[in-house]
Amino acid sequence: MPQRLPDRLHPPLARRRPCAALVLLLLLALSLSLFLGRYPHPYWMPPRLLHEDALAARLFFRLRLPRVLAAALTGGALAAAGLVMQMIFRNPLVSPGFLGVSQGAAFGAAFAILFLTSAPLAVQSSSALFALLGLLFSYRLARHLRYGGWALRLVLAGIAVSALFSSGVGLLKYLADPLRTLPEIVFWMLGGLWAIRWESLGYVALLTLPALLLLYLMRWRLNLLSLDDETAFSLGAEPVRERGLLLTAAVVATAAVVSVAGIIGWVGLIVPHLARRIVGADAQRALPASMLIGASFTLLCDDLARLLLAGEIPLGILTSLFGALLFAVLLSRGMIGGRR
Amino acid sequence: MTPILSLHDLHFRYDGPQGREALAGLSLALTAGTITAILGPNGAGKTTLLHTMLGRLRPTAGEIRFEGRPFSAYSRRELSRRIGLVPQSEHAAFEFSVLDYVLLGRTPYLGLLEVPREEDYRAAEKALATVGIAHLRDRTVTTLSGGERQMVMVARALAQRPRLLLLDEPTAHLDLSNRGRILGLMGRLRDEGFTVVFTTHDPNIAALVADEVILIRRGRVLHSGPRDEALTADRLGETYGLPVRVVQVDGHPIVLTQETSLSDEVDLDAQLG
Repeated sequence: MPQRLPDRLHPPLARRRPCAALVLLLLLALSLSLFLGRYPHPYWMPPRLLHEDALAARLFFRLRLPRVLAAALTGGALAAAGLVMQMIFRNPLVSPGFLGVSQGAAFGAAFAILFLTSAPLAVQSSSALFALLGLLFSYRLARHLRYGGWALRLVLAGIAVSALFSSGVGLLKYLADPLRTLPEIVFWMLGGLWAIRWESLGYVALLTLPALLLLYLMRWRLNLLSLDDETAFSLGAEPVRERGLLLTAAVVATAAVVSVAGIIGWVGLIVPHLARRIVGADAQRALPASMLIGASFTLLCDDLARLLLAGEIPLGILTSLFGALLFAVLLSRGMIGGRR
Repeated sequence: MTPILSLHDLHFRYDGPQGREALAGLSLALTAGTITAILGPNGAGKTTLLHTMLGRLRPTAGEIRFEGRPFSAYSRRELSRRIGLVPQSEHAAFEFSVLDYVLLGRTPYLGLLEVPREEDYRAAEKALATVGIAHLRDRTVTTLSGGERQMVMVARALAQRPRLLLLDEPTAHLDLSNRGRILGLMGRLRDEGFTVVFTTHDPNIAALVADEVILIRRGRVLHSGPRDEALTADRLGETYGLPVRVVQVDGHPIVLTQETSLSDEVDLDAQLG
């Protein structure tokens, strides 16, 4: 009998409680966020104003509520998409931003704004289409690269495709009308939720929620698809088809939120790592945990975006700031990556 | 008696301009409840053959039957409940617990949207116990040694409850004690009624554990039969293309090449495992 070695233990039952705690955290963040803002005074709106002040009530229901929900949905979708991509590409360092999806979506949106119309549905469809194209290009290119292993090739191909699309976005910006269309495109590059109303939230939810539901339902299957192809096949899966299905759902969710929120960086990369650290690698728990942490993280960043200055700070700047800081901390403590 | 798996005149050619014929008219039949070694030099087509038996590679010509029914009569899921694979090695990118990993063996019994139930957890725990690694249950797979990881992969294949278990070069990355452990386990599995097939390029591994040996070279079967009939100096010499000596130690044939013969006293213990 081999000797039992001391090791970090992952008893499955002890891992249920963190998910309940994360639900509570999100509910707390949601209810707190509704009363944070700069009306009538900076930082805090007393709840009684909802009855006393008609303007406060309108602000609350027409602007703040959809925006807070959109922030949570954006964060949850990006984090879930990030986890799914990390698992099916078997690489803990990929995220939607690394595979040409975000830049593709941005290009699609800028393209629609410039040459078609800035109606939300057109912009969303165009950005979703180009997001998918970005991913396809990255995937095809990675297959043809003659350098490094599969994971490295994917990242390299993603960098090349992202750069291609972002130079395309640059060109479109150059061609855009500086008064009319340019500001709309610039909004993309920074990312923010100030334009969210119920209608735009509805568009996003229509695409994002079914995609997230599918990812959630297939959460256990995700574990299987993170294994080598031959193993997944021997266990009765059809790896190529099933990965394609999950990837499509992840890209649709990403493209939908990116099309209204712009590029919100780092959530998709850092949150899945945090989630795995808390609940373990099993996607049964890591996927819901990623959604919950991503939603809370983005929501709190958006609160800061609304609160800190008299004018808004673009949300993408804050998520990148905190995401990168967190990444540096996790990385320096050896908490990123599974191989050792 | 119908063989558990039979292959008739199998051909397989890899795609691409220099695609060579990896299987060139290969026929064989596996007897249920035995350990069969597929033995041959590197590049003989062993892994191709194993993946064809798994159903992952579709032969360009020929037919495979499982318990008398052609492969095409089974769905992917039905086949995965009958044939399990223990890959040569596996890259684990995420820190799954051993139990979670073995639980993946229950996939053939779960739908696309289902999560494992109580009985699946029980089957996984039972597989861990059968392999003798229940104590590893809560470890993370990334912290395991090569030998432990091999055992975990066997447990996962057992959780699948297959009738036929395919092992791809099961001893390739293992040290002496782990090699002994996996060979012993294969014997126990055969005694419990599993049909075990493994590939190896080392005739001494085949000599230690196999009941039946299939010698292959260049995609063809040179000889197939009971171990002692297959592992003769003549047949092995033909398979590997070099003269070999076969000596008997404790009733097991030990195969020596000219080079190892010079120091066979020293090497015998190591060869025995």
